[in-house]
Amino acid sequence: MIINHPLLGPRDAAEFTYLGDAKLIERPDWTSKTAASEFYEYQYLRDNPAGLHRELWFHEAGDRSWLVVTRDTTTHEITSVELARDVARSKGRSK
Amino acid sequence: MTQVNRLSGGQIDREKTLNFTFDGQTYLGHDGDTLASALLANGVRLMGRSFKYHRPRGVLTAGSEEPNALVELRSGAYQEPNTRATVAELFDGLEAKSQNHLGSLKYDLLAINDRFSNFLTAGFYYKTFMWPKAFWEKIYEPIIRRAAGLGSLSLLDDPDVYDKGFLHCDLLVVGSGPSGLMAALTAARSGGDVIIADEDFVLGGRLNSETFEVATQSGSDWATHAVAELASMPNVRVMARTTIIGAFDHGIFGAVERISDHQATPLDGKPRQILWRIYSKQSIVAAGAHERPIAFENNDRPGIMLASAMRSYANRWAVTADQTVVIFTNNTDGHRTANDLTAKGVSIAAVVDTRATAPTSDAFEVLAGAQIVDSKGRLGVTQAIVELADGSRRAIDCGAIGVSGGWNPNVHLTCHQRGRPTWRENIAAFVPASSLQNGMLVAGAAVGEFSTASAFRSGADQANVALQALGLKPQSVELPQTEDAPVSITPFWYVKSGTGRAWIDQQNDVTVKDIKLSHQEGFISVEHLKRYTTLGMATDQGKTSNMGGLAVMAEMTGKTIPETGTTIYRPPYTPTAIGVLAGRARGMDFHPTRLTPSHKWANEQGAVFVEVGNWMRAQWFPKAGETHWRESVDREVLATRSSVGVCDVTTLGKIDVQGADAADFLNKVYCNGFAKLAVGKTRYGLMLREDGIAMDDGTAGRLAEDHFVVTTTTANALGVYRHMEFAHQCLFPDMDVQLISTTEAWAQYAIAGPNSRNLLQKLVDDDVDISNDAFPFMACGKITVCGGLRARLFRISFSGELAYEIAVPAHYGDAMMRKIIEVGAEFDVVPYGTEALGVMRIEKGHAAGNELNGTTTAVNLGMGRMVSKKKDSIGSTLSERPGLNTADALVQVGIKPVDPKDPVPAGAHLMNADGPVDAANDQGYATSACYSPNLGHHIALGFLKDGANRKGERMRLVSPLTGIETNVEIVSAHFVDPEGDRLRA
Amino acid sequence: MRYSGLRILKEALTGHKGWKPAWRDPEPQAAYDYIIIGGGGHGLATAYYLAKEFKQKKIAVLEKGWIGGGNVGRNTTIIRSNYLLDGNEPFYEFSLKLWENLEQDFNFNAMISQRGILNLLHSDAQRDAFIRRGNAMLLNGADAEMLSTAQIKKRYPFLNTEDARFPIKGGLAQHRGGTVRHDAVAWGYARGADSRGVDIIQNCEVTGFKIENGTCTGVETTRGDILGKKVASAVAGSSSRVMAKAGMRLPMESHVLQAFVSEGLKPVLPGVVTFGAGHFYCSQSDKGGLVFGGDLDGYNSYAQRGNLPVVEDVCEGGMAIFPMLGRARLLRMWGGIMDMSMDGSPIIDRTHIDGLYFNGGWCYGGFKATPASGFAFAHLLATDTPHSTATAYRFDRFEKGMMIDEKGMGAQPNLH
Repeated sequence: MIINHPLLGPRDAAEFTYLGDAKLIERPDWTSKTAASEFYEYQYLRDNPAGLHRELWFHEAGDRSWLVVTRDTTTHEITSVELARDVARSKGRSK
Repeated sequence: MTQVNRLSGGQIDREKTLNFTFDGQTYLGHDGDTLASALLANGVRLMGRSFKYHRPRGVLTAGSEEPNALVELRSGAYQEPNTRATVAELFDGLEAKSQNHLGSLKYDLLAINDRFSNFLTAGFYYKTFMWPKAFWEKIYEPIIRRAAGLGSLSLLDDPDVYDKGFLHCDLLVVGSGPSGLMAALTAARSGGDVIIADEDFVLGGRLNSETFEVATQSGSDWATHAVAELASMPNVRVMARTTIIGAFDHGIFGAVERISDHQATPLDGKPRQILWRIYSKQSIVAAGAHERPIAFENNDRPGIMLASAMRSYANRWAVTADQTVVIFTNNTDGHRTANDLTAKGVSIAAVVDTRATAPTSDAFEVLAGAQIVDSKGRLGVTQAIVELADGSRRAIDCGAIGVSGGWNPNVHLTCHQRGRPTWRENIAAFVPASSLQNGMLVAGAAVGEFSTASAFRSGADQANVALQALGLKPQSVELPQTEDAPVSITPFWYVKSGTGRAWIDQQNDVTVKDIKLSHQEGFISVEHLKRYTTLGMATDQGKTSNMGGLAVMAEMTGKTIPETGTTIYRPPYTPTAIGVLAGRARGMDFHPTRLTPSHKWANEQGAVFVEVGNWMRAQWFPKAGETHWRESVDREVLATRSSVGVCDVTTLGKIDVQGADAADFLNKVYCNGFAKLAVGKTRYGLMLREDGIAMDDGTAGRLAEDHFVVTTTTANALGVYRHMEFAHQCLFPDMDVQLISTTEAWAQYAIAGPNSRNLLQKLVDDDVDISNDAFPFMACGKITVCGGLRARLFRISFSGELAYEIAVPAHYGDAMMRKIIEVGAEFDVVPYGTEALGVMRIEKGHAAGNELNGTTTAVNLGMGRMVSKKKDSIGSTLSERPGLNTADALVQVGIKPVDPKDPVPAGAHLMNADGPVDAANDQGYATSACYSPNLGHHIALGFLKDGANRKGERMRLVSPLTGIETNVEIVSAHFVDPEGDRLRA
Repeated sequence: MRYSGLRILKEALTGHKGWKPAWRDPEPQAAYDYIIIGGGGHGLATAYYLAKEFKQKKIAVLEKGWIGGGNVGRNTTIIRSNYLLDGNEPFYEFSLKLWENLEQDFNFNAMISQRGILNLLHSDAQRDAFIRRGNAMLLNGADAEMLSTAQIKKRYPFLNTEDARFPIKGGLAQHRGGTVRHDAVAWGYARGADSRGVDIIQNCEVTGFKIENGTCTGVETTRGDILGKKVASAVAGSSSRVMAKAGMRLPMESHVLQAFVSEGLKPVLPGVVTFGAGHFYCSQSDKGGLVFGGDLDGYNSYAQRGNLPVVEDVCEGGMAIFPMLGRARLLRMWGGIMDMSMDGSPIIDRTHIDGLYFNGGWCYGGFKATPASGFAFAHLLATDTPHSTATAYRFDRFEKGMMIDEKGMGAQPNLH
């Protein structure tokens, strides 16, 4: 596959390693009263859609940035690629 | 040995005569021949035996879709089983053998299977061979396995070399027939980068097999000129002998180019084949079409072939299968063959046309509304039995029958991305789905444009569609004048009269009867039909048989062909050598080899090396006179603990963590606290996965307020770095911290033992104070050594001795090691390898990879209290799950044998002293074991249920796999210097 | 109708007119006691054992396409019981024992061939891990043997031991492991279930669940609504999409695993061999093709196809141990949809919805589990208690921290 890196342009997917659903960015708050069940759901439950999927790829053999790729899991078509840190910030993640 | 069936003309070079052998017999052929054309020229029709019934087989086609003429090419280690004679280019000295017979090809003893064909119908093996039970594996299966398969591998290492390459283009054109050539010419004129590839060794596709004129030239001459024009353009790459094997995601194609297969031996330095990965923005599949046969009783005899193949043999290779030929057709194309053969002096005994109205001829008899209902001739056809329109029968003598059942567009590549072909009624065939993924277009016969003129038009049009998509200027091209005959076909799939067998899949011996039986037994979907009868599963993957099978099943179920379905084609387009897919990654090049900075020096010492991932590490350093590895390892351990030893630990991961938030960041990734680590201090850190399981351990040293150096285990260096970048970029994106992997930037050596400080003193510069007060246990800092060389020093110890790790820039690593040895001679410094390293850390009870096996927690490691509950860190919340904190959780312990002579091997399981030895009573297991020269007996680390409370307990350590049962005592894992006095010396 | 050699003789001599459809093609009834969603190996096996062992009636198997068209028809046909963990090994050994009697049990030749499986090892750490596993196998009543390189070379003389980047240092063998004709398993179970009254409904896709007040009463399908006292899902890689219709998120991801077959060759490989320092495993089918495979592509996929890098990786692994393979040709490659779970082990459990049961999460190891999975799922459906070998296969193990993680990779499905 080809991943269109926002900074570097099109790169072969073989330069990357895959982690999984981009929801992994949304790590729960450990101080929450229901932290135990929130962490369980965060770590273990997945939508696993047959269709568009936002997922995390790491450019291990390149610039070592994490990317959020939007890809259709039935056709493998990729419709968008963003820097993960931008997505993380947009979800309110900071320090 | 004369070539009795040679005709005039053709595109072979009669100046170059070549010798070749087939089944030990020598024949002559010419440059430009394939093995198949040369054999036919020599009057050889019998070329193989079918899979199940061992029926005599001859060539059916003139291309890579060939199901029958499979030979073992070459000999010895170069032997290639299942090679299609139709695509094997002839070279001088070529050796080929026929396959799949017991005894000779002519007198195959297994032909007896044919007599029992009634018992050996499709799927028969599912209904029997079950009794007696033991017989399946001992008798039935070995017989079946010996009879199965076609060609043989030599079992010798593949001696050929294969390469891999990468190509990029704007447009990939697959196929160099009229539509492909026209598409490439059109696109190339726009300046775009074009690659045109064809599996054949002469480009031009069917232009080389037909006799119609193109402009005022022959088709093959026009093709030659077109190819020359393309080859002369700097933005075009012309690739002959190149099969596009697969269309993968996002316009990436796999292609195999045959560099040396057409030569007796590869030219110097050349590989046999190259695997190309082609990245294309647009592609045009101009892959042409395959003719399909009509099935009739005994339609599988040598000499019975596709009519278009006969044309190819006559026009391109100047060969006929026999001097007397009958044609069987349901469309006008069959008549073309009759005309072309007649023009070359071959006698057409009759053209049998199923259509009630068929074109007539002055040159030969046309029997309209007729069918071939049977054939005669065991080792080669001798007669066609024809049923005329009026129902009467006639036997016609002939030595070859050309069958034309219509054409199937070659949709293969368009299906690789799950495109489903659609039915086109006027050509009675499937064409590619109308919209395909990833910029793929289809032109020419592959999309049902069968006339030469329409193929040219289609190629030019699709090229312009591609150019539009590429943002390049569409080109107007002048199309050459040529034939534009319409398709005229009346579907006719198989002859119904007769009680015998009519073949649909000739290689796997699947007949119309088998398909009917499949229907009778309820296997009516295309997928069930295929799997039950094995139709389409042979080496030709059904290219000439899938359609026939569909048509028969459609009739059985009363549905139309498109309602019955279509099978999906999968890569590779034609069978592809596993060697080319592996390329150069063979033998010692299977993976890269990473060498440490001291490798050269260690090699000079005669070190024995071991693979650790992709690294080579010194395992031990044998001295003269030592004959067993234990002698060396015991000596290294004792010497280190009594004086000083040095070990290359460069391979352990090193990560520089810099920034104002570096400490806070480490506080997040380690389960224990790092926020308050003082500058100049190192701390052991345990990293958990988010699920609370121990991921890795190491140390982090604070060189400055905003600068840490983190170490990891060798195996996890990559994973920890990835994990830390994930934490930074995805979880804490605003933390001011940068991560740099520095594993390979610094050579790092452990110097351990009571004399380690003394040795180090000789290396560090005068202004560096490494006294115990100035540089206590767990100190770290930037220093200089050897007169100004920058270095980093860490007082950390894996061995449990007074020890340091010193790091210098990697390109000084070799010099540094030699310097350590030189100044250490005074203290009898001993280099030690990974074995001694392992012994010492086991003696100290330090966890390593065997203990951090991806299922163990801090609690299991005896470090439960290290997981801080006062802060958030990765893994802390889920580490509290009840299942990970049970009362009888495994805890790390030491294991020692009651009898000091006994071994306590890793992998053995712990059982109570009494009671059964079985899984229900399993108490734990040994993880790491060694002989301890310090204690004089074997020791092990392991995990034991509730281990912290069972010190002193006697148990059994069992390894039924290796025949061991030992009485052991559970002890503290810290076997040597449990108080840690040596560390703080 | 019983299949046998005598039957074949009789039919052959009378024009094969007596062969009947291997299973009926009935219209779905309005209601059943048990509805099993998924006509693959596991679903059909469940129906078979439910009818045969647990004597249940009124059972339907609903398959959205044609039975056996999913992973049961796409796998590399290996059976073995060489697992490490106590949550797994008894189950797979139970399965292997069921395999050993299966053909006689369901009267269909599935060509179950126990010619052995060999896991090669290339390092001391790997040897230690294999010894632990071999011991676990023996302690659980299975068979295992540690082989030296010399012993291995005798059985496989063309194994690369001279020029190996990662030299072979031995291997763990399970002689009772082997291969099976995969399609025959689906057909054998289907025929056996059908002959005991199970309705196999093909071309019937479940489009929704009928759930009222926390109870499942049936399903909505492309062939109408069907009521069911107990509804059971066994759809492997499609689990998330199906269970989403019941509002559930699952601890799994669907991934593509590619598999490969070579052209048919005269016998070269007597058993199954797995490479320990690369991603490659191989066996030879009774038709002569070498059947092999390697690692996942690594990204979520429902496309049933993968990309070139894995193809190359697998062939590199093959050439590393069998350099003679270079002259053999890859004939066909395909892919399946693997239900990769969060710890690499399966789930056979009730759900929080009464009357709705689940079987899935087999990763790429579901084929060998087929008999035990069917038996255990049938046990759960019939008795509402787990089979003794499947007690650990619960949904709640993740929340509780009782994962069954053979490889130690954690909650990242593509690493299992």
